[in-house]
Amino acid sequence: MIFRRINYPIYNLRNTFEELERMRNDMTRLFDQATGKSYPATTAGVFPLVNLTEDKDNYFVRAELPGLKAEELNIAVTGNNLTISGERKIPSEGDNVRYHRREREAGSFSRIIALPGDVEVDNVDAGLVDGVLTVNIPKAEVAKPKQIAIKQN
Amino acid sequence: MIDTETKELQAKEKMEAKAPAEPTMPGRVFTPAVDIFETDKEITLLADMPGVKAADLNIDLRDDTLTLTGAVAPFEGPQEEDILIEYEIGTYSRQFSLSEVIDQGKIDAQLTDGVLRLSLPKVEKATPRKITVKAG
Repeated sequence: MIFRRINYPIYNLRNTFEELERMRNDMTRLFDQATGKSYPATTAGVFPLVNLTEDKDNYFVRAELPGLKAEELNIAVTGNNLTISGERKIPSEGDNVRYHRREREAGSFSRIIALPGDVEVDNVDAGLVDGVLTVNIPKAEVAKPKQIAIKQN
Repeated sequence: MIDTETKELQAKEKMEAKAPAEPTMPGRVFTPAVDIFETDKEITLLADMPGVKAADLNIDLRDDTLTLTGAVAPFEGPQEEDILIEYEIGTYSRQFSLSEVIDQGKIDAQLTDGVLRLSLPKVEKATPRKITVKAG
């Protein structure tokens, strides 16, 4: 699978240790990939992880957000940026329960995804089915591929 | 202690499961995150399985081993091309061995917004029965 790398986060080099930490993570990822331990994907490391795909007319942004209701999500498009934010709440199960495991996490999140081309801001469509968010963003006319006919003499 | 402050969610890559046997079908197998808690009457399991449809979810309980399996259909349409892929999809699978005896007839499972809620009622303590021996 080939993917173009876009909006790779520009790291804020606040201090050298941060940069060293990043290099170490990159090396680990490189080794993991070489040994087949990890995913080929590079992630921005911001919740939620998204998949961005395109067809001729649309961009599709998908994210796994289990347990979220549509009204708990905020989706906004400004220019070429799509913002997904919200808060995942895990309701309390009462005081009389004894937990064996607690792996699911609650908390707030916010992420901006830069889209690679111009979009039509007015016709963005979002759906949340089975805990998977799909945002369908139509490309602007200028961003759509045009078939060029070759004239024959 | 109640944590009122909302913390920020951290991005986590899905945990790949180590299946006890190699699956015959290609594809990744992931471990869903679960909460398990019990009350006096039942054990409840909550599992995050985004993308799984109720029809594709299998819950199996035999010999005190609970197996959850949920397949996720590919999300992409035929004309779509990848630009950025941060998460992969695959089958969710996880097994638990239960220490309590479960009343199999009363198991209840609900799948809402990608979260499975499974109630496993404990068997009521067997009432002692007196067996009368007939002389004859």
